[in-house]
Amino acid sequence: MSERTDVTLTINGKRYVIRVEPRRTLVDAIREECGQTGTHIGCEHGVCGACTVLVDGAPIRSCLMFAVQADGKDIRTVEGLATADELNTLQRAFMENHSLQCGFCTPGFLMLVTGFLEREPEFTDADLVDMLASNLCRCTGYQNIVKAVRAVAVEMRQHHPA
Amino acid sequence: MTAPTKGSGLAWVGRSIRRVEDPALLTGRARFTADFSATHRVRFVRSTVAAGRIRNIKIPAGATVFTAQDLATVKPIVPVLHKFGYVPVAQPVLATDVVRFVGEPVAAVVAPTEAEAEDIADGVIVEISEDPAVTDVRAALLDTAPRVHAQAIRNVCVEGKFETQDFSSMQLRACRRVAIEIRSRRQNAAPLEPRAGHAAFDPICKRVTIACATQMPHLMRTAIADLLGMPESDLRVIAPDVGGGFGQKMSLVPEYVVLVWLARKLRSSIAWTEDRRENLMASFHSRDQHIRLVGAFNADAKFVALTAEVVANVGAYSCYPTTCAVEPLMALAELPGPYDIRAYSCLARGVLTNTCPMAPYRGVSRPVITLALERLMDDAALQFGLDPIEIRRRNFVEKFPYTSATGLIIDEGSYRQSLDTVSDYLNVPGFRERQRQAGAKGQCLGIGFAAFAERTGYGTPAFAARGMGVTPGWETVQVTMDPSGYVDLRTGANPHGQGLRTTLAQLVADELGVAPDRIKVTHGDTDQTPYGWGTFASRSLVIAGGASVLAARKLHAKLKIIASRLLEAAASDIVLENGVARVAGTDRTVPMETLARTAYHQSHLFKGEIDAGLSETATYDPAGTFSNACHAAIVEVDTKTGHVKIERFVIAEDAGIIVNPMIADGQIMGGVAQGIGNALLEEIVYDEAGNMVTATLADFLLPTCREIPSMEISHLVTLSNATVTKSKGLGEGGAVGAPAAILSAINDALFPFDVRINEIPATPQRIRAALRQATRAQA
Repeated sequence: MSERTDVTLTINGKRYVIRVEPRRTLVDAIREECGQTGTHIGCEHGVCGACTVLVDGAPIRSCLMFAVQADGKDIRTVEGLATADELNTLQRAFMENHSLQCGFCTPGFLMLVTGFLEREPEFTDADLVDMLASNLCRCTGYQNIVKAVRAVAVEMRQHHPA
Repeated sequence: MTAPTKGSGLAWVGRSIRRVEDPALLTGRARFTADFSATHRVRFVRSTVAAGRIRNIKIPAGATVFTAQDLATVKPIVPVLHKFGYVPVAQPVLATDVVRFVGEPVAAVVAPTEAEAEDIADGVIVEISEDPAVTDVRAALLDTAPRVHAQAIRNVCVEGKFETQDFSSMQLRACRRVAIEIRSRRQNAAPLEPRAGHAAFDPICKRVTIACATQMPHLMRTAIADLLGMPESDLRVIAPDVGGGFGQKMSLVPEYVVLVWLARKLRSSIAWTEDRRENLMASFHSRDQHIRLVGAFNADAKFVALTAEVVANVGAYSCYPTTCAVEPLMALAELPGPYDIRAYSCLARGVLTNTCPMAPYRGVSRPVITLALERLMDDAALQFGLDPIEIRRRNFVEKFPYTSATGLIIDEGSYRQSLDTVSDYLNVPGFRERQRQAGAKGQCLGIGFAAFAERTGYGTPAFAARGMGVTPGWETVQVTMDPSGYVDLRTGANPHGQGLRTTLAQLVADELGVAPDRIKVTHGDTDQTPYGWGTFASRSLVIAGGASVLAARKLHAKLKIIASRLLEAAASDIVLENGVARVAGTDRTVPMETLARTAYHQSHLFKGEIDAGLSETATYDPAGTFSNACHAAIVEVDTKTGHVKIERFVIAEDAGIIVNPMIADGQIMGGVAQGIGNALLEEIVYDEAGNMVTATLADFLLPTCREIPSMEISHLVTLSNATVTKSKGLGEGGAVGAPAAILSAINDALFPFDVRINEIPATPQRIRAALRQATRAQA
């Protein structure tokens, strides 16, 4: 077993000081060392996107990043989206549009879309499909996810007109 | 949820209320099996060869590794079928002396962390002397093929034969015969959550609790307890949040048996989560089938007879509880589909090979048999010079209930109407004109239809017909109103994405006159729910829903008796609505909580009349019902690249009364998406030696948002008395119809090239190969 390294992860604003092997993936560290199990593991080879989290605002596959690479970085996961007992706009849109069934891929989609909407609030349908095609869902057939994101974009534009 | 209830003229059934399941899943608070922490982790060492004998297993010094020798007292899995020449085959939970497929578990490595267990597993050396392997289903049927299990001659594990009495004479009446051959390649249902188990030994009560990703918790308890020789009362099975199953999670997983054994051995907690490679390689596969059909038609293009030969590659072992006969026997019973075919002959075999075992996957055989029959209809239409819609119309079952050639009762449906609905909707004549114009510009468009009957909600009679050693079917539901007037519903059904907690609450809300948010549904825990069969085969809304309604009706009758006393009115004059009991047509009411309180705390008032408390149980075991649907696709085929783009996808579905349209549409869309994967992308490939070459999601391609079009869904509502709720199942239909509709459209598009694609997935490679061959033939 290789030597362990000190790593500081900030997850949803909370600091976690952990000791991990250099080979420890970020998703394992988030789930095991930091106990945040809302982020899921679907393939561990970067295809399904279930483990998508935001690292310094950018959606990344946390199965393809080592925890040591995220040292000192700002990480956001699904646990940080809702405030107290209230779902945020995107979560509500997923519920209203039936954008989830088993819900296993959902945290990854929520983080993917959160990062996308923050970085590219003005997008075309083609951009939207491009972005959503990053992650896999086996239950919904995607169209209700598309609807939810469109609904949120409309709401955002009403509140913050360009 | 404050809207009025049934008595006021508005029902909860039929409304797209939001799912109670969602908030936990949206906030990361849901608990999937992999989220439970354990003292020990397991890594399974798996066979790297497809067929051979284990000579030696070298274990690194100091490592904790268990093999079949350690588990000598554990019985092997031997599923049983009493009919159809079924040959029982035994699957040890860890391979004993023989390995039969790449990925078969051979040893269990135990360590404090997953990483350490993986490191140790890498150092375990399994010496196997290789034997010849067979992976192709037709090759396995040859006399010279190696036998996967010695007792299965020509590797045939099950052989279903059926022929109607008058078959030979009917055949002679044909004026035209149309033959077709269909090949469906192997698939993996690939739920996003892989298999996972967490077993914990309780040293005080000496019980083990296993949490696992299963669709059938009660049956897992029975199966694991049987194999380990322990009383079922010493085992609790929990299905926490389960990340999709689609059938893959209904069969017994040998690794779960090992986990319970390890928890007892180590007197501790132990967890296993498979990685995606293990899931693709060693979890269950399906749909690996080869079908030959010959349709005999009279001069009016009506069926006079159908001959079928079905071969299903069932892999190295037989799955529990359905057995590996589930695919061939489903094909045997249901191949005539929605058509009036009186003379039918079928030979359906399940054939063992050195590949991962087959198990049910959404639709089971029906995506493949529907593809075969619908391709036959298209080819027959061409030969008769008929429109593909017209030939279907001429052959549909029209009078209900209809007894099929194999004795199935097809209840009221809308076969013709569903086809007419989608064809009108797509304006077929308009499309043909557009297709012609596009063709003139070198653009290749096609339209295709798939009509089918979907057998759903079937209880013990259907399973008993297969002669299953374990005969599933009924479901028991317990409905309890507590003294505060809130309702607790417990069921052995086990939803894993279907939103059944929401829909059962809707059904019971209407029966009891309370809002669904007063009804809590508990499932997925053998300690807390009545014994039941779980969620599979489009059954839960029909069967658990029917049992829920029957139990709620008993409770309803009891509440009325109490209300009649409190309101001094006849019980027959009482209605339950909006959380109160009311004397019909008056403003005299009593709140539900007062009735509930009275039932528990003033039961002496009703002594000799009704029992104390408010808990009722009902069991429902229906014969089954047929949903129906027609799918239609418009595709564009790029003849240069072989790429298929789905331009439109239209569905007309009839599942009777729809309890929650939002959820029903979700089931249809999800099923269609899997059908699209089946039709165009997904293929598990083995090389000749039996190595799996599609062990990542970059090789086994699931559809993304880009491949799935928006879908246009219409609902037809035919009321059938086959079920208590007048609802039919629809969980599998999406996956059943889509491959046939898409292949039909591809073939329509490629018609000018004289190309036939009768193999799925219709990958760009296959389409290009067919086009190249056609070009060469013409040259």
